Amino acid sequence: MQKQYTLSKSKEIYKDNISSRNRAEKIFNILLLFSVLFGLLMLTVLLIDIAVEGFSWVRPELFENYHSRKPENAGMKSAIAGSLIVIGLTGLFSFPIGVGAAIYLEEYASQNKLTAFINLNINNLAGVPSIVYGMLGLVVFGRMFGIFREGSWLVEFLNLPIQSGTTGGLKFNLLGIPWLEMQIPFGRSMVAGALTMTLLILPVVIIAAREAIRAVPPSIREGGYALGTTKWHVIKTLVLPIAFPGILTGMILSLSRAIGETAPLIIMGAFTYVPFLPNSVWDQFTVIPIQIYNWITLPQTEYRVHLAAAGIIVLLLILFFLNGIAIYLRKKFEIKW
Amino acid sequence: MVNNMTFTSNIQSYSINFNEDVTILDAKQLNISYSGKLVVEDFNLKIPKNKITALIGPSGCGKSTIIRSFNRMNDIISGFKLDGEIVYKGKNIYSSFEDPVKIRRQIGMVFQKPNPFPKSIFENVAFGAKINNYQGNLSDLVEYSLIQAALWDEVKDKLNESAYALSGGQQQRLCIARAIAVSPDILLMDEPASALDPIATLKIEELMWELKEKYTIVVVTHNMQQASRVSDYTAFMSLDREQIDARIGVLIEFDETTRLFTRPKLKETEDYISGRFG
Amino acid sequence: MKNQQSNLATFNSIPNQIKIRNFRERIIAISLFACGVFSILVTIGIIVTLFTEAIAFFFRPEVDIVTFFTGTNWRPLASKISPENFGVRPLIRGTMLIAVISGAIAIPLGLGSAIFLSEYASDKLRSVLKPLLELLAGIPTVVYGYFALSFITPILKQVLEDGLGIKVSFFNAFSAAVVVGIMIIPIVASISEDAMRAVPRSLREGAYALGATRFEVSTKVVVPAALSGIISAFIIGISRAVGETMAVTIAAGATPRMTLNPLDSVQTMTSFIVQVSFGDAPAGSINGQSIFAVGATLFVMTFVMNVVSAVILKRFREVYD
Repeated sequence: MQKQYTLSKSKEIYKDNISSRNRAEKIFNILLLFSVLFGLLMLTVLLIDIAVEGFSWVRPELFENYHSRKPENAGMKSAIAGSLIVIGLTGLFSFPIGVGAAIYLEEYASQNKLTAFINLNINNLAGVPSIVYGMLGLVVFGRMFGIFREGSWLVEFLNLPIQSGTTGGLKFNLLGIPWLEMQIPFGRSMVAGALTMTLLILPVVIIAAREAIRAVPPSIREGGYALGTTKWHVIKTLVLPIAFPGILTGMILSLSRAIGETAPLIIMGAFTYVPFLPNSVWDQFTVIPIQIYNWITLPQTEYRVHLAAAGIIVLLLILFFLNGIAIYLRKKFEIKW
Repeated sequence: MVNNMTFTSNIQSYSINFNEDVTILDAKQLNISYSGKLVVEDFNLKIPKNKITALIGPSGCGKSTIIRSFNRMNDIISGFKLDGEIVYKGKNIYSSFEDPVKIRRQIGMVFQKPNPFPKSIFENVAFGAKINNYQGNLSDLVEYSLIQAALWDEVKDKLNESAYALSGGQQQRLCIARAIAVSPDILLMDEPASALDPIATLKIEELMWELKEKYTIVVVTHNMQQASRVSDYTAFMSLDREQIDARIGVLIEFDETTRLFTRPKLKETEDYISGRFG
Repeated sequence: MKNQQSNLATFNSIPNQIKIRNFRERIIAISLFACGVFSILVTIGIIVTLFTEAIAFFFRPEVDIVTFFTGTNWRPLASKISPENFGVRPLIRGTMLIAVISGAIAIPLGLGSAIFLSEYASDKLRSVLKPLLELLAGIPTVVYGYFALSFITPILKQVLEDGLGIKVSFFNAFSAAVVVGIMIIPIVASISEDAMRAVPRSLREGAYALGATRFEVSTKVVVPAALSGIISAFIIGISRAVGETMAVTIAAGATPRMTLNPLDSVQTMTSFIVQVSFGDAPAGSINGQSIFAVGATLFVMTFVMNVVSAVILKRFREVYD
């Protein structure tokens, strides 16, 4: 009943196809290398294109002037101011909430369903398109669901002194102090823009901060507790100082992403033409990428080819600078355990 | 075999040497280093055909390094350097004219921890054959290999199931079936039973005895009893006593298993076997 | 007696210190908890915002929800406002046309890069190439839009129109899709590479020991073993492409149409929302609300893709035993 096996250890059964397999190997190697280099090639072409078209237009006028109908006079002064203020505010808002959430999740939260849900939630938010955050910002911060409009239930109920007009809203001084002027709803102000961007980068800030906190060895904490002190004290004096460079790096990288964002700010109401510098954070504004977009859409080549490229050079330089700082900080404060 | 042997001996080591016609693998003057650090020095060994040769010794003395050098598996580790020659079928496998891919089909390997692919049992055994452009009937080949590996009866009804559904011992026999499916001349086994329970270990040892008919087997093992049970010839490696801190591995004694274990020629061998160290 | 009294005084004050300290710890813990829960608020905010406005939109007499999802006409600015003007399918078609083409570019190149970085590159090479690849993801999308118009479209026109006589719109889906594809290569590569590096070395060694070439080990053992992670990477890449706004707004055009020709100008869901926002439509107007209906559709699409990707990653994660 034994099957007759005519298998032998001979070469005829194995047609040695080594040479063709090695050929396939070589072709595949080339294709793989091409995959990696393609993107880099495109990046290089892009940078050269922008440098060539925009370089001669990076002049003092670019920084001193507002946008103008004459290309020779056009600049992005208001956009630069707007970008800097919005990013500054975004950092201010996102740092405490983002780091606070990271501390909570890493140091306080127990492994229960709520924590799992929060984790899931953060990961999900990281994948939401940026334009959706713009719409969120428009309704929640910009318009505040319309409850401060003339005739709304809240205005009637509390008899609020609403300013009429399309912007409407309430202007008052916080605690009566003249400099702490506030405006509700936030409308198309830089505050609204910064809050929108805060929500956008929050998931990334949290994730980066968590990693930095997680990298602190447990032995450090144990040493602190063993000396007889409270949890928050251990975190504040031992964990955070060690995690700080990582947190800071994550923060800077998130902000550098925020500087390049256009869509959310357009949706929540940033303007494209702003011929003045802002007086307060409640003013209307524009940002660098929106200015660039504006120039790209204008018909004259001076705008859509040259000025746009010049604006891009400025934007990329800012990004380069920010990322450089982040990398420098990371290297400088890196502790090798 | 006695007429085919000579021996070399000095105060450092003792080794029997087989004649050309019964030697299948000849390691000559091997000096192996990783990233500049020497790990094996002046290693010479002739592996006899169709016998089981065991490689024993304390951990860290280079046994795995040696056996992995036999099929050029160490090539994938960066920093690996081998001086010397390993002659197989009349050619030095480390010469730049030789293709390691081709050599590995002819010199197969089974690893310490069973490593079946995340595929079906059938696909695992057929994998090597498919790559090497096997011309015959794959089902027959798979069946035959599994029979040789003493696994056929246990898996013949579930060839399409995942290999991970098998127990540790079965997975290892599957890996053996996979290795012999490509008809190698030599089967290298790097501590094949160390991750298995005693019963599975016994099965592997029985299998090795059966496979000896068709294949030459070189097995690295930590387990001296296993070596004495299973092998025909044993090579004992240890650290070079002159340079103990440098941790360089050398061949101490190579002899027929019965002789090595009952009347070792060198004191170091005797110390290791009687458990005084290692 | 005096010493005893002062000792007693200090002793009595200790519980207060501890009480204050514990109270402070409590407050801090609660604030931190609030920060943690804040993210849930954001999600609720997104859902409430999008869906209340979208529902208000659908309740308008000029709009019909069924026509919205089935109609192939998107003409919100037509003089006669009727449900036939609000069929969202052309926008979805535009979005998917670009997403699919960009996927066709990014998936092979991303996977190829991942295989190269994981299986072929030395550690040193990897440490140089990986950050360079990440650079691609760091370029702002307006820059990609500019690149599409100033470089990709002219070349496309030259090759196809001048060379082969095929008409190419100045604003077309293909140019946008090319730059979006380049933009998402890093994320496809990064997630795929993580999945491949998780495959244990023993599996590769088993294949090498059978006489396999590196190509065969990579494609026949490692990639299949990392498949769930790789597929997850593909889906996330496409999800990013669907949500992309500025590059497509700049390069793809503003003409909603049911076309499969990538050389036509199209409009995506995202660029429609941008277009309306530039127009300063008042809050309660039909256009002002339409963007929320489109936005809600977009959100649901990307949400579903992200969830599917996460499920594939988790459920089908290969156990290497």
